[in-house]
Parts: sequence; structure tokens; C-alpha cells
Amino acid sequence: MSKTIIGGHDRRPSLWVYGILIAVLLGSAFPIWWSFLIGSQDATALNQGGMMWIPGGNFIANAATVIDSIPFWTALGNSIIVSSVVSLSVVMFSTLAGYAFAKLKFRGREGLLIFVIATMAVPTQLGVVPLFIVMSRLGWTGSLWAVIAPAMVTAFGVFWMTQYLRDALPDELIEAVRMDGASMIRSFWHIGLPAARPAAAMLALFTFIGTWTNFFWPFIVLGPGNPTLPVALQQLQSAFYVDYSLVLAGVVLSIIPLILVFLFLGKQLVAGIMQGAVKG
Amino acid sequence: MTTAAAVEVNARSIRHIALSHKLSRWDVRFSPYLYISPFFLVFAVMGLFPLLYTAWVSVHDWNLIGGQGDFVGLENFVTVLTQGYFWNALRNTFSIFLLSSIPQIIVALGIAAVLDFNLRGKTFWRMGVLLPYVVAPVAVALIFNDLFGDKYGLINSAIMGIGLEPIRWHVDVIPSHLAIATMVNFRWTGYNALIFLAAMQAVPRDYYEAAIIDGANRWRTFRSITLPLLRPIVIFVILTSTIGGLQIFDEARMFDQAGQGGASRQWQTLTLYIYELGWGQRNFGRASAVAWLLFLIIILIAVINFLITRRIAGTADRKLRVRAKGIS
Repeated sequence: MSKTIIGGHDRRPSLWVYGILIAVLLGSAFPIWWSFLIGSQDATALNQGGMMWIPGGNFIANAATVIDSIPFWTALGNSIIVSSVVSLSVVMFSTLAGYAFAKLKFRGREGLLIFVIATMAVPTQLGVVPLFIVMSRLGWTGSLWAVIAPAMVTAFGVFWMTQYLRDALPDELIEAVRMDGASMIRSFWHIGLPAARPAAAMLALFTFIGTWTNFFWPFIVLGPGNPTLPVALQQLQSAFYVDYSLVLAGVVLSIIPLILVFLFLGKQLVAGIMQGAVKG
Repeated sequence: MTTAAAVEVNARSIRHIALSHKLSRWDVRFSPYLYISPFFLVFAVMGLFPLLYTAWVSVHDWNLIGGQGDFVGLENFVTVLTQGYFWNALRNTFSIFLLSSIPQIIVALGIAAVLDFNLRGKTFWRMGVLLPYVVAPVAVALIFNDLFGDKYGLINSAIMGIGLEPIRWHVDVIPSHLAIATMVNFRWTGYNALIFLAAMQAVPRDYYEAAIIDGANRWRTFRSITLPLLRPIVIFVILTSTIGGLQIFDEARMFDQAGQGGASRQWQTLTLYIYELGWGQRNFGRASAVAWLLFLIIILIAVINFLITRRIAGTADRKLRVRAKGIS
């Protein structure tokens, strides 16, 4: 009776539970491992067929070919710029708006907040054709601004910061600095922003990953000369479709940055998702 | 002389105080609107306007290079709806969507249930399931493209290894959908499992205790307590994955080199079709017609989803309340 396993925290996991987890983990990691396995082979060896279970010695050579044949450094730089600028901007504007929605009183507050939340369900991606027309009129096609501008603040970001600041920031604190004569923006800067820091960091992290992995719009609006990493990977596929050792070497190069982010901040990512961070 | 100066100074400081008072009132009144305005500005210019303008473009001849042409009424819609490619893309989109979302949610629930055990090294396992999330869909697609290779792919080698015929992943319709759905599932299952796990951990533990006293086994407690309580979050995940899943582009675009969705459009999704019309054929009018149709479909499904789930959630909530009462 005491060994009955039931739902809940206190269950004593048996070996098969770990067995399942190991299987899941292998499923998660294997494709990534595979990309390195193939990416480090010699193309001619690959074409002879047969499975290879140990990495070959050709990764550096393959990577060099990849870097020569697509604008790799430009793409890496662009991805870093776009993801950083978008993250910074999303955090700044979302925190400001979240602070207003959570802590300031103004007419129409509830209605406007509901509107913001409702926009999360609107598939704005389907406006690509006019958005492209707008960007061509502005002369922004092929420019990073075309990718940055539409992503500068998100409904999710505003909602996330509103939720957080509502509980994390006591009203008395704001009233106190207001009494001392601080302007609205000063009280935001000195009270709101510091209080928002943990949620802001989380928002920045998820926005960074989301922007880094984004393909559809950058692919449409950026030319082949000025790509982000996913767009460059698409070019690599067009160039070397038959040579998978090169394509997957490129894949490895492109995923290294976020794998590093994951190794250092994976714990925070898990915590963020479990606190309610959602995709999109 | 001195009095006049004092009066002058006094008046000035009064004006000054009045002005700063006024400024401060404006500050209090208008600052909130200023702070929330960036979102509304970006949404209006980059989100809502393009979406609505899509309807305008869709009733015109409109070329990628040449720009706006004549008003053609519903001609673009008629052409698109009678060509058959639209219906093919619609079928493919739904097929890939169902093949990715249903198994994904079931497996994610299972993984969450396993992660909900009192594990050693919790963080390690949780990070492990999340790893695929940081790999871009394009990269995932390229890796799985190789694994699903028709001739030398690892999966076909394994299939032939056990004596079966290799599957033509890049030729046949359903196998191609399965392969693409696998890419989506690879990236999102762990992510959704963590969302479910968070919800599971919020289930009050005395519900479980009461259930054991009643003699329920693990499966029964999972089915009768955990699942009903998880329903809101499951609905939420279904909703977000519907909106995203019906717009699937990356994985299908990368499934072969040409990116048209297969030689005979076996895996061409609606967004791929929009891309082909707009940037392949340079026909912005027709591309907009398809985009607008997809928009209506998504809205329709979201509304249906909402109505169904509200009913289910309502009955589940009542049932659970009755059960909870029975327990206490």
C-alpha cells in the first residue's frame, strides 16, 4: 500500500520513469548530434553510403567552404544586430506600457488592455503583401530596418510586463516618489524599471530567441546580399542541396550561438516558460 | 521700490508655480497614453493596416514590380478558388497541422506527467526537453531533411534494415506531411510539456491524497483530476498552435530545394502558396486574395474553438466542483 504510486510531488519515481526521460532526452539531442556527425564528414565518403557513428575530421574544412560560399559573417552580424535591437526595443516599450497598464490610472485602461490581449490572436503575418509594399515605398527592402520595425513592441510583451508589475511593484512606492515631486517619467525610471528587471530579462531572452530563429518575413524582405542566419541557411541549401556534409556543417555553425545561450541560460528559459511565457 | 520688486517677484513665482502645476497635471493625465502609444502605433502601422489593406489589394490587379492596376472586383478570389491549387494547399495545411498538433499535445502531456514525478536532477531533465526549442525551424528542417532522405536517409535505412520498403518521403503526400509534422513536433513538444508541467504542479496536492484514499490508481487520478484541471491550459495551447500551425511556412519551404512544396505541390501549404503567387508569379492581387481567405479561416476556427472550449470548460468545471465537494 505504501508503495502505491500516485500523482503528485511525493511520488517515488521508479526506474522506468528515468528510462522514458532518457529516451526523450535522446530524441531531443540526437538530431543536433546528427547534424554535427554529418557536418564533419567528407562528401565523397558520405556518397558511398553506409552509416557513420563517429564524427569525421572534416568539420573545419566544411565550415570554411560554407563561410566562403554564403555571406556567413554578414548573416551572423545581422542576426546579432536584429535580435539585440528588437529585444531591447521590445523590453523598453513593453515595460513602459506594462507600467502604465499596471500602475497608472487613466480613462479607457481596461478596454485598451483587453484590446492589446486580443491582438495576440490576430495573424498579422498574413499582412505580408501590403507590408512588403510599405517597405518598398520606404526603400527599406533589403535593409535590417524592415525586419526590426514591425517587431519593435509586441502584445505579448506588454501583457507579460503588465502581469508582472501588477504584483511586483507596490503602489505606495510610486505614491511616495510622486509626493517627493518626481515627474511621471522619473518615477518610472527610478521605481518602475528596477522593479521590472526580472521579468524584463526573461522577455528579452525569449524575444532574442524568437527573433533569431525567425524566417518568413526576413526571407521575404531581405535580399540574398544582406541575410540573417536562417535566410543564409536557405541560400546554403539552394547552393549545396546534394552535399549534405556542407549543408549540415552550415547548420552547426548557425545553431552554435543559441546552443551557447541555452547552456548558460537554459535554467532561466525553463523557469520563464513555467511562469507563463508563451510562444508568439 | 522694495515693495514693487517684492510684488514683481511674488507674481513671477506664482506664475511659475501655476505653470509647473499645470505641467504636472498634464504629466499625470497624458503620460500613461504616451507610454502605451508605441504598441498601438506599431500595431496599427505594421500589423492592422497591412492586414486590412490586404483586402484592398485583393480586389485589384497588382504586380510586385508594376504596382497597383485596375479594380477587378472578386476576380482574384474566383481565379484562386477555381484553380484547385488553393484547395490542395488548404488540405495540406490542415493535414500537416493535425499531424503536428494532436500527437504533440498528447506526447507533451505524457512528458509533463513524467516530469511531474519527484525526480532527481529536475532542472537537467527539464532543460533536456527544451533543447530543440533553441534550434531555428530552418535548421531543424535541414537536419530532418537528411534524416528523411528518400535514398540514403537514416530513417529509410532503418526501415529497410527491418526488411520493409523504403518510404518516399519527398514524393508521396502523406509521408511528406508526416516528415514536416515531425519537424514541428521536434521543436515544440518539450516547450509545451513545460507549460503543462507548470499547470500540473499547480494542482492542489490534497486532491490527489483524497483520490488515493478513495482507492484510485495513478491513471485514474491523472484522468479524473489532472486532465480536467489542465483543460484551460490545454485549450490555450491548442489555440496558439492553431493560429501558428495554419500559417506554417519554414519547414515546408525547406523540405526541398525548390521550395514550392514539391514537384506536384504535395506539401504546399497556404503560406507557401501565398509566397509563390506573390513573389514567384509577382501577382500581389491573387496572393492577397489567398492571404485574406486564410485570415478568414483562422478567425472562423478561432471562434469555433472558443465556443466549443467554453462549453467543455463549463461542464468540466461543474463536474470538478462536484467532485471536489465530494472529496472535502
